[in-house]
Amino acid sequence: MPADTTIGTTAVAALAELQPEPGIAKPDPILIADHVVRQFGGLRAVDVTHLEVQRGAITALIGPNGAGKSTFFNVISGFDTSDEGSWTYNGQTITNTAPNTLARKGLVRTFQLTKSLSRLKVIDNMRLGASGQTGESIFPAVFKFTWGRQESEITERAMNLLERFNLAAKAQDFAGSLSGGQRKLLEMARALMLNPDLIMLDEPMAGVNPALKQSLLDHIRDIREEGTTVMFVEHDMDMVRDVSDWVVVMAQGSIISEGTPLDVMRDPRVIDAYLGAHHDSALTESGQSLTESTSKEADA
Amino acid sequence: MDFGFILSQSLTQAIGVTAIIYCLAAIGLNVQFGYGGLLNFGQVAFVAVGAYAVGATVISVGSSLWLGVAIGIILAIVLALLLGIPTLRLRADYLAIVTIAASEIIRFAAKSSDFLGGAQGTTGAIGADFYALNPLPEWDRFEFGPISFTRVDMWVVLVGWCLIALVTLLTWALMRSPWGRVVKGIREDEDAVRSLGKNTYLFKIQILILGGVFGALGGMMSAISRGSVQPDGFVPDFTFFLYVMLILGGTARVMGPILGAAIFWFLLVFVEQVLKEGVSSGLITFISTTQIGPIRFILVGVGLMLLMIFRPQGILGDRKELMLDAR
Amino acid sequence: MQRSARGSSPRWLLRLFIVGLLGIGVSVGMAPAASAEDLQLTVRVQDEERNAIPGASVTVEAPDGYSAAGTTDDEGLALIPVSANTIVTVTLDEATVTQPVIEGNVREVSILTRDKTVIFRLGEGGGGGGGSGITLERVAQLLVGGVVLSFVIALASLGLSLIFGTTGLTNFSHGELLTLGAFTALVLNTAAGINIIIAAPIAIIISAALWGWGQNQFLWRPLRRKGTGLIAAMIVSIGLAITIRYVIVFFFGGAPKSFEQFAGQTPIDLGIVFVTPKELILSAIAIVVLTITVLWLKGSRLGKATRAVSDNPALASASGVNVERVISTVWILGAGLAAYAGVFLGLTQNVVWTMGQYLLLTFFAAVVLGGLGTIGGAIVGSFVVGITVQLSTLLVPTELKTAAALFLMIILLLIRPQGLLGRRERVG
Repeated sequence: MPADTTIGTTAVAALAELQPEPGIAKPDPILIADHVVRQFGGLRAVDVTHLEVQRGAITALIGPNGAGKSTFFNVISGFDTSDEGSWTYNGQTITNTAPNTLARKGLVRTFQLTKSLSRLKVIDNMRLGASGQTGESIFPAVFKFTWGRQESEITERAMNLLERFNLAAKAQDFAGSLSGGQRKLLEMARALMLNPDLIMLDEPMAGVNPALKQSLLDHIRDIREEGTTVMFVEHDMDMVRDVSDWVVVMAQGSIISEGTPLDVMRDPRVIDAYLGAHHDSALTESGQSLTESTSKEADA
Repeated sequence: MDFGFILSQSLTQAIGVTAIIYCLAAIGLNVQFGYGGLLNFGQVAFVAVGAYAVGATVISVGSSLWLGVAIGIILAIVLALLLGIPTLRLRADYLAIVTIAASEIIRFAAKSSDFLGGAQGTTGAIGADFYALNPLPEWDRFEFGPISFTRVDMWVVLVGWCLIALVTLLTWALMRSPWGRVVKGIREDEDAVRSLGKNTYLFKIQILILGGVFGALGGMMSAISRGSVQPDGFVPDFTFFLYVMLILGGTARVMGPILGAAIFWFLLVFVEQVLKEGVSSGLITFISTTQIGPIRFILVGVGLMLLMIFRPQGILGDRKELMLDAR
Repeated sequence: MQRSARGSSPRWLLRLFIVGLLGIGVSVGMAPAASAEDLQLTVRVQDEERNAIPGASVTVEAPDGYSAAGTTDDEGLALIPVSANTIVTVTLDEATVTQPVIEGNVREVSILTRDKTVIFRLGEGGGGGGGSGITLERVAQLLVGGVVLSFVIALASLGLSLIFGTTGLTNFSHGELLTLGAFTALVLNTAAGINIIIAAPIAIIISAALWGWGQNQFLWRPLRRKGTGLIAAMIVSIGLAITIRYVIVFFFGGAPKSFEQFAGQTPIDLGIVFVTPKELILSAIAIVVLTITVLWLKGSRLGKATRAVSDNPALASASGVNVERVISTVWILGAGLAAYAGVFLGLTQNVVWTMGQYLLLTFFAAVVLGGLGTIGGAIVGSFVVGITVQLSTLLVPTELKTAAALFLMIILLLIRPQGLLGRRERVG
């Protein structure tokens, strides 16, 4: 894992210079998407003209319900197929690439509804994340001496990550016995087992109790400090404002605004989108802060 | 009522040839469904392929049994690929329907093929090469307490259980490995495993092949021990019975299918014998002998329902683990 | 479907055991021939309309030199004792019957460990199966047979599709709803002596109430409450199917039965095809029933609610639809339609415990072809399947006709997983 802590800060500094407008070019993009369209029947669920994601920064993707954020996530991460468009990651075209291929390239995602593997132990969930395992090929798998050593290395790394995420005590429990918040942590820790360059978190705060939220936020910042680019979909405005370096706003499938958290929250297009959608409680009276009510909703 | 006789009958059946055949196929199903979550409702197709491969090689072609065994394994792999490559991307319920349909297509095809003996199947000394290797002393009976076998049966049962031990050992070794971890992960949530960089499709094909070859071994045992291969022996109910055994013993347990198959056949024969004795000795008057057969299968059906509803983890299963089952 | 070799193997082993005790060396490969003729071979001689032909002589010969003869009684049956584990040759003396024997007068039958039945059909072979070569008459006749079969499939698949749509259950015991319907009618018809014209509607009502509403109320609803998963429920339905089938065998035996009325009817000549009046009437009723059902689903409040639940149960529930009531309705409707399919099949063919099981895969094929959970799809799919099954006999052996439909289903699933009329699903 690259541990150059300066990457994060320079990336953030570079973003502050940019004009807040949809589709603006970033100084060092890790992900570039062009004309991505996904249709369901007649509905254009996603129609993104251009989006660049800055390397080393934390980018939030927000928008009212049904804005197409999760679909966009699914398309980019290979879990859904686009009807049109192309996107590149680290300069490589990865249009409609299988998710497992993307994960091996260092683009890893988590899910809104956590996909912890219930009837596997927490430690096995973690071990599953490690790539390049000899024992995952069927013939060597039969003979433990071919993979035993690698397994202990993986276990050690997994335990270190579990320590960091306060899950070490649960290592031998079934993942299904964890609380919702712990599952989110596990999923994030498991994704880190792949040493990703870009981690895409789908609503990491949904269903997490307030006590754990702060710890989750810290973990996300830590991930950036280690040089991993973070992109996440979120409803919770507290989190967006606190943690993100850059915010992208989607409404009705398209990107309507981009900028620093402060810029975006001042943008009248964003206010309209939130007020216009049935997501009516999104804004407080001044339109300056998108805080309280949305965070309540995200808990629900 | 002669309970000694009934018990010896039931015990003999619990470790006998039929239990061995079903047990091998059930171990294969355990790899596919128990560990991998693949809803294969056409396991009987693999059993049929194994049985017909040795049957046709020996009887129709007149070649060696061992060539038939090799052909059977190859054909099981080919069938797994044919079935798996297009269908393993389908949803679980579609996979169930497609696999059961494929097994029926194979049965219908066998029935209409002259080479495979048509509706009558293939009958003859399929196992001659195998019996020629019998090293056992020339005794009339081999007795173990209440259980006894003929020399020929003893040989079949001996080899059958060695085969089961081998296949079980292989399953155990695989399931404790990182490979097994990926397979179990796929059962829990395939998308999550894909998001971790594993080519789940490849793993699913591998478990379909592995389980299919185990099933084919069961089919070969059946053809060798019975000396005949009948197309109507490979109806979908065969697969359903495998599910009963698997769930009875405990899915995703190494010993589950073995215990399940043994108990299944023990109970089935026990019930049949008790009813038979009861009817013939006049103790049971409300049913006739022809109604005993259906009663056994009513018990199988009711048993499957009750197990699935009240104890889906089976005998060896872990209640705690089961509670986490989101399926 | 016979359980043949394996289902009966305990008996086989018992025999082996006894023979072993007597000290007779036996090869396992060659199962021992029991000396007593303890099994029964039923020879059935009938015409194309399944009318019994009495007075036909049959002889049975086994390779071990055993031979026996018999003459069919008023029910067209001759019962001949045979021994287990042998292959017998059954010959029908053509001099004792007036019409030619379809598919030859000699049959080879393998007797394993249970009773067997051999059926000789007499006639010109114009009833669909016979003949060879592709002629206009043959195509037309098969097409008619296909359409008639399609009605049976459509009646059953519509319910299967609705139940799947509203509850997500892949119901492997749906074929037994058809069988239960037919047997309910049979009991009313033969035991209670009610004419089938009256017995059929009563049977349909009883089926809808007992096998539909009752089944949902006492089995599936508690399971849904318990939170049983869909795969577990699918396996429960398999257990239920096995149970129902063998309960029927327990009470009624395995032999095919007929209703008292309309068993034999002379087909009417409609130019190039022959159709029996009962097929015409049953099909006409099927058209009416299917039309009413579809109109009801499209038009009525409950019908719309049904479709809403199929689309999205959570959303439907949130918008005030009583989901459980809809599910109950769907089960009643499904069982009623299947019962009519059972009566239809029982009248045109016969009533037997495997009738639903044989057709189950064609129902699945129909529903999957049309698109799981869509109403129009189930009906369109049924016709594709029904006609494919019949027309395929032009090209492939009769044994493979169902295989042709299943093959078609698999191919379509691979090309268009959402079915002919289904929509592409949203992922994630």
